[in-house]
Amino acid sequence: MSNVLVVAEVFEGALKKATLTAVTFARDAAQRTGGQVHAVVIGQNVGAAAEELAGYVAAVHVADQAALAQPTAEAYAKVIAAAAKACSAAVVTAAATAQGKDVLPRTAALLGAGMASDVLGFAGPEGFQLRRPIQAGNVIATVEVTTAVKVVSTRPTEFEAAKATGSKGTVAPLAVDVGAVGTSYVKFAKVTSERPELTDARVVVSGGRGLKEAVNFGKLIEPLADKLKAAIGASRAVVDAGWVPNDMQVGQTGKVVAPDLYIAVGISGAIQHVAGMKGSKTIVAINKDAEAPIFQVADYGLVADLFKVVPELTEKL
Amino acid sequence: MKILVTVKRVTDYERKVKISPDGLSLVTEGMNFVPNPFDEIAVEEALRLQKAHGGEVVVISIGHKDASKEIRQALAMGADRGIHVIAEELDPDAVARLLMKIVEEEKPELVIMGKQATDDDANQAGQLLAGYLGWPQATFASKVEGLDSEAEKAQTPGVVIAGGEATVIREIDGGLETLKLKLPAIVTTDLRLNHPRFASLPGIMKAKKKPIKEVPVASFGVDITPKVRNVKYAEPPARKAGVKVADVAELVNKLKTEAKVI
Repeated sequence: MSNVLVVAEVFEGALKKATLTAVTFARDAAQRTGGQVHAVVIGQNVGAAAEELAGYVAAVHVADQAALAQPTAEAYAKVIAAAAKACSAAVVTAAATAQGKDVLPRTAALLGAGMASDVLGFAGPEGFQLRRPIQAGNVIATVEVTTAVKVVSTRPTEFEAAKATGSKGTVAPLAVDVGAVGTSYVKFAKVTSERPELTDARVVVSGGRGLKEAVNFGKLIEPLADKLKAAIGASRAVVDAGWVPNDMQVGQTGKVVAPDLYIAVGISGAIQHVAGMKGSKTIVAINKDAEAPIFQVADYGLVADLFKVVPELTEKL
Repeated sequence: MKILVTVKRVTDYERKVKISPDGLSLVTEGMNFVPNPFDEIAVEEALRLQKAHGGEVVVISIGHKDASKEIRQALAMGADRGIHVIAEELDPDAVARLLMKIVEEEKPELVIMGKQATDDDANQAGQLLAGYLGWPQATFASKVEGLDSEAEKAQTPGVVIAGGEATVIREIDGGLETLKLKLPAIVTTDLRLNHPRFASLPGIMKAKKKPIKEVPVASFGVDITPKVRNVKYAEPPARKAGVKVADVAELVNKLKTEAKVI
């Protein structure tokens, strides 16, 4: 029992990039357990995603049936637990996306396994101690899962997407009877945007309270983001105020982002917000308060009136 | 309907917790403790559902003996009674298996929990409990209307109960998903489900007389040996100190020539 099972995430038939970050962790884990990397692909008409993933792992187990068309934790956890048993997995892992966070703990209960959430990586070159953020990212805990089977969700921004192995793994159907489930799927209301997805974007421009009014998001932040082909984020304060939709919140309790360039406009830098963006490669802060905590994490700080300098920046880029 | 709600006592999430010099523990002495903010949202949702459908709201806390304060706070918001399992810090798995025992005894139709506690940020207990019980689950409950909407002002529940089912809107990557759960079920709350009410003075007075049953953890006969152990703690790597730029021109120049990100 030494294999590592990656739970793939498929959206509208396509493999999500976050899954390949989980494969990167899984390869490292498999070196430590002395096993192979397997994957389970769940859904309906997911054959193409399974074939694609076979380029990255030794074996893909495919549970393709109408009852699995929608990712409900109740049904999916049963399939993942069955796949883990079928391939004698010592480690079950997935990216800590909304879906991963939803289904993995439930799977852990079915397997009687301990689980480490939102893992950043291994603590050392050997062994199986893991690092994970706690206390809104202010503390990094080193943790040990003491059960034989270990369940691990990994933070997608901490791992590079895996490269294809160059050979092709096996693809085989996994027969699972999910039985009666009490969860039924009603609908999904997709937030449509011309912009890149927040967690995938190379550049993120975020706005905060300093913008004073919702309308200034459109006047100042959007043109800057347009110029940089950036995704738009926001602090919790402005999300709570209803200026922008919920899914734009960057922070420990919102989205964790790590773009090449993060521009924080009128954001003070509450602990909770910083926890969601401090993995960014380059951080720019624009704020008129020179004492704002955001400047402690910014590579480049501009103490200025954002109403003056943001349009200027948009123009000069 | 009977609703169970969990409330965890956590260190104040607005303050930075210190790490002991040997890195083996967190220094909680002198820290301010508060109810986990996601749990306050859970209590609020339970109270709104109770208003709409009647029944009872039972608050459970598993933890330090001082957590009676957090239970009392939920009772002051309007919950009916409390159950306090007195224990040291446990891992989410032990918490879920203890909750399972309480659920088996109390037989609620709905359990509402915060999606995660802001101290260990595990985001597991609700899903684990649902897995152990074999109940349907809906994590990250949210709603379509904003927190400044008329529906929120009218304290309308986000979770809709009808015909033995709960309809829950979930905040997930890329949008909002709606699920229907056959009761009994587990719901975990996200930030935008509601604005929790403050306890009123009469509420606080009434809460003093509401019962809290204290139960020692040992009485459950549940093995609480952690499945996940925290071995040590460290500060996250600090970002190197940045520089202040004088104007937009300098900023653009640095981004182009130094950071090379544009």
